[in-house]
Parts: sequence; structure tokens; C-alpha cells
Amino acid sequence: MKYTKDIEKLEFFSNEARKDIIKMIYKAKSGHPGGSLSCIDILVCLYHSVMDITLDDNLKRKDKFILSKGHAAPAYYAILSQMGFIPRKDLVTLRKYNSYLEGHPSNKIFGVDVSSGSLGQGVSIANGMAMAKKLSKDDGYVYVLVGDGEIEEGQVWEAFMTTSKYNLNNMILIIDKNNLQIDGSVEQVKNIKVIDEKLNAFGFNVINANGHDFKDLSIAFKEAKMSTKPSCIIAHTIKGKGISFMENMVSWHGKSLNDEEYEKAMKELGGAI
Amino acid sequence: MKSTRKAFGEFLVEKAAKDENIVVVDADLSTATCTTDFARLFPNRHFDVGIAEQDLVGFSAGLALSGKTVFATTFAMFLAGRAYEQIRNTVAYSNININLCATHTGLAVGEDGASHQCIEDIALMNTIPNMKIFCPADDISTKQILNECLKISGPKYIRLGRNSLRDVYSMETNFKLGCSNIFGNGTDGTIFAIGSTLNIALDAKSELKKHGIDVRVVDLYSIKPVDKDTIIESAMQTDKLVSIEDHNIISGIGSIISNVLTEYYPKKLYKLGVNDRFGKSGSIDKLYKMYNITKEDIMKIFLNNK
Repeated sequence: MKYTKDIEKLEFFSNEARKDIIKMIYKAKSGHPGGSLSCIDILVCLYHSVMDITLDDNLKRKDKFILSKGHAAPAYYAILSQMGFIPRKDLVTLRKYNSYLEGHPSNKIFGVDVSSGSLGQGVSIANGMAMAKKLSKDDGYVYVLVGDGEIEEGQVWEAFMTTSKYNLNNMILIIDKNNLQIDGSVEQVKNIKVIDEKLNAFGFNVINANGHDFKDLSIAFKEAKMSTKPSCIIAHTIKGKGISFMENMVSWHGKSLNDEEYEKAMKELGGAI
Repeated sequence: MKSTRKAFGEFLVEKAAKDENIVVVDADLSTATCTTDFARLFPNRHFDVGIAEQDLVGFSAGLALSGKTVFATTFAMFLAGRAYEQIRNTVAYSNININLCATHTGLAVGEDGASHQCIEDIALMNTIPNMKIFCPADDISTKQILNECLKISGPKYIRLGRNSLRDVYSMETNFKLGCSNIFGNGTDGTIFAIGSTLNIALDAKSELKKHGIDVRVVDLYSIKPVDKDTIIESAMQTDKLVSIEDHNIISGIGSIISNVLTEYYPKKLYKLGVNDRFGKSGSIDKLYKMYNITKEDIMKIFLNNK
């Protein structure tokens, strides 16, 4: 399954993951559905068809992934479970006392390299990893996923300058541009305006893609991997994607579903309750 | 006479020649952190992320996660202070193997003044789980401690200084995590010191001898974990206890010693250090005098209350 380019299969995995996300958050009685649903298609595309996660001679995975927007933990856990890193039965322990599936990812989880949750820190780490790969003449890639609200953090821009300085074209930045953050729309809260022009100015090869279209995403990743400059894929997404009453709703950034909402959501995904 | 930052720079060059896994990351202060020789000799293994300390910590973490032996260095104010949360959440929470080498600690920064004098780094680093803290006091102890750091996995904070310090140690001395070094076996008192105050404590010890007072000096170079046994033993075996540090006395080594004493052997401790005030510009001697971090201040405690 690892290298499948079969869009239907990716769509199937993505729908399965959405069901897991909803179930996890419902069982946990808290969590972040909106941003998990906006980025799950990106994760499915990465893990099922883009990244090479086989182990190299030093037992390290060739390609690396960092979830900088750590609150999308349910999405991360769902994909790690599909890839065999997290036993499926553990998913429902999300956020529970004594579970290793913390509210935000920690590197105690097999397959997670670094803990995240406090925003803005992932790009710097990805740069360091990409630099280490260059030093070791290792041809793998480092992928890092950040939110569009997250780039309000100053450290992200410190990191962008480092990416550019060392021309880390083996570091692929993905921005989950779902346009919403806790206090409202990204435009209202900070008005970061034109992301692509800013990133262009910072030395990135900017690629726009529909973050829910596997064909579009696959082409974007292919282009990013071939670039001699560091690439940034701006993935245009919908917060809460896949659940009608959650889509584009700020209120679904960080809350769980009641019984009725859970039933409705699962029905929309064609899943058993 | 050598500053611990200078010794750090020499250590890097010496080690890097034998170990190509060693990398150094700076934040536009390489002249001050004494890494310029390393940068010149090993340009491919020296990284400068510019004036961006949060990025410095993250970038270093990424290198460390990929198996590099990383020395991340800048002024304590900007490492422990500005990048505190990156150290806490990215580095320590993930238990990343990294050497955070903070130079320009305490009032000993001197003329740059309060904004650059980090008098709270021990307090900040001590509260972070997984973190280990060392503070060398001369050339040899810096190199021995850094060598020890190479054998210890996880995050380490090494407290270095700007000013030159008199040589105290010989190559034979061992420096181990959770240990300390004791000078003398006097029973009239114990002076606990770290880094730049070890010279001062040893001077006070010699001077007190002339007054017929025989004290021992304990160099608590391993600040976290601290050498509890030696603290308890000193309290049991000696009369007066004094701590002296170039750090805020709130949550510095004085507080750390107090915590141990309260739990195991309650006894009065005289704390010398920065008394919850900001620093100021001036020469180190003048500042230490103003903030009561001198031999005379130690003497007073022993002589006045005799």
C-alpha cells in the first residue's frame, strides 16, 4: 500500500481516518476536530504515497515528518495507526489518564520524532534535520506541517530565513491554510495577508495546491521534491472538512461532539456508531 | 587565568578534530562565545542562525535528533531566557541529547549591564524535568565537565562566564554528574560556591585561616542533580554554612542547598548573591562589591558572629 498512487484508495484511507478522528475526540470528550480534519488528507497523501518511511542502515526512517501544529494530534494518531505505528485499539485512549496518546503528540509515541504542541517550533527542527541529512549525504526529505494561524509565531520566520540561508531544499514545508484560528479568521486576528508573496520573498519555491485533492497534492509534492530551492506547499483547505456542520466554523477548533453530533458526523462519513 | 567560555572554545577545537560528529550552532555571537576557531577550522560543521535564539534551539534540536553531537551556544540571557520555552518544550520534553552552552552568565558580564546579565538562568533551567546543569569554575573543570557531558545523554545546560578565572584544578580531578569537589576538611564552616565565586570562596578560606578559622569549600559544579550527600555531610560536620553565587539568591544554589537542608538536616544557611535586584553596568570587581559577592562579605559572616 505504501506507494499507491491510487486516488480511490487514498480517499478510502482518508475517510477511515476521519472516522477515527471523530471517534477519538468524541470518546475523549475534548480535542481539536477542525484542524485535524483540514490536514488529514495531506497526512494521508504524505504517508501513503509520498514519504519513504522504510528504515535505512542506521535504523532511521528515510523521510521524516514533523507535525508542528501539534493540536492536530488526532489526525496524526489516525495516520500513524494506519501505518502500523500505533495499535488501532489504543486510539480511543486519546487524552485519557495513563495513555501515551497525549492531547498533543510526544515522542514517547513510536514514529513520532519530536514532541510538539507549542506552536511555531517545528520548522526550526525540520531545518536542523534537513541540515543533518545534507551533512550525512543522506537523500531523504524532511516534511513539516504548520498551520496558517501558526505562522503568526515569530520563530517560524526566523526559521524560514535559516531554510533559505542554507538552501535546505530537502525540507518541504506545508502550510495547512484553513483560514481560521481560535479567535476568528486568520484575516481578522492578525491579517497575515499574502502568504505566497511573503514566502517567495523569503526564498521559497511556493506551490499552491488544493489540500483535499490527492491529485493536486501529489503533483505539488513531486514538484517540491525536484526543486533546487526549498519548497513551500500552501495547501488550501477547509477547517472541519468532511463534516457538514463543522466546515469553516471557528467554533469547531477545539471542542468535542455530543451524542447527537457524533451520530450525525459518523453517518456523514458512512461509519458505524 | 582563563575564562570558561575560552576553555569551551578550546575544548570544541580539540574534540572536533577527533570526532567529526561534533557540530556547533551560534546565534551571531561567535566571537563572544569563543567559537570562531572552531568555525574557521571546521566551517562545514559550524552553523550561524543569526540573531534568532528560538531558531537556534530548534535547529540544534533537529541536528541532535539526527544523531549529531550538538553544542548550541549564545549568551545565557537569550538562551535560558528568550528561548526558555523552546528548551522546555522542544528539547527537554523530548529528552533530546544536546549541550546548551550559555556564556555571559551573571553580573560578571560587566559593562553591558542589566539587560545582558542573566541572574536567573539556574532558576529557569532547574525547574525543567530531564535537564542537567553544570557550572565549571576554571579552564580544566570546563574541559573535564564538557567531556563528561559527551557521556551523558539528554539535555544539558552548561553555565559559562565571560571573565577570566584563576586556575583551581589539575587534570587529575574528576567531575561527575551529581558530584562536587571539596577543598579542605575544616570544621568551622562550609562555603558553597559555583563558577566565578569559587575563586572568591577559596580566597576567603585562606584569609580565614589567618584568623584561626578553618573552613572547607565545596564547588557544587553539578547544580542539577546536586550533590545532596556532600551538602548534608557539610551541615553535619561543620559549623557555619555559607553559599556564594553570581545569580539571584532566589532559586540559585543557595535555594537549592536550602531545599536539601530543610528536607534532611535543617540548619541555617547564609546566602550571598544577587538579592532580587537587576544588575548594572560596571567592572566585575565593582559590581561584586556592590552586590555583596566578595571575600570580605564571607569573612564578615564568620568574624562578626564568632
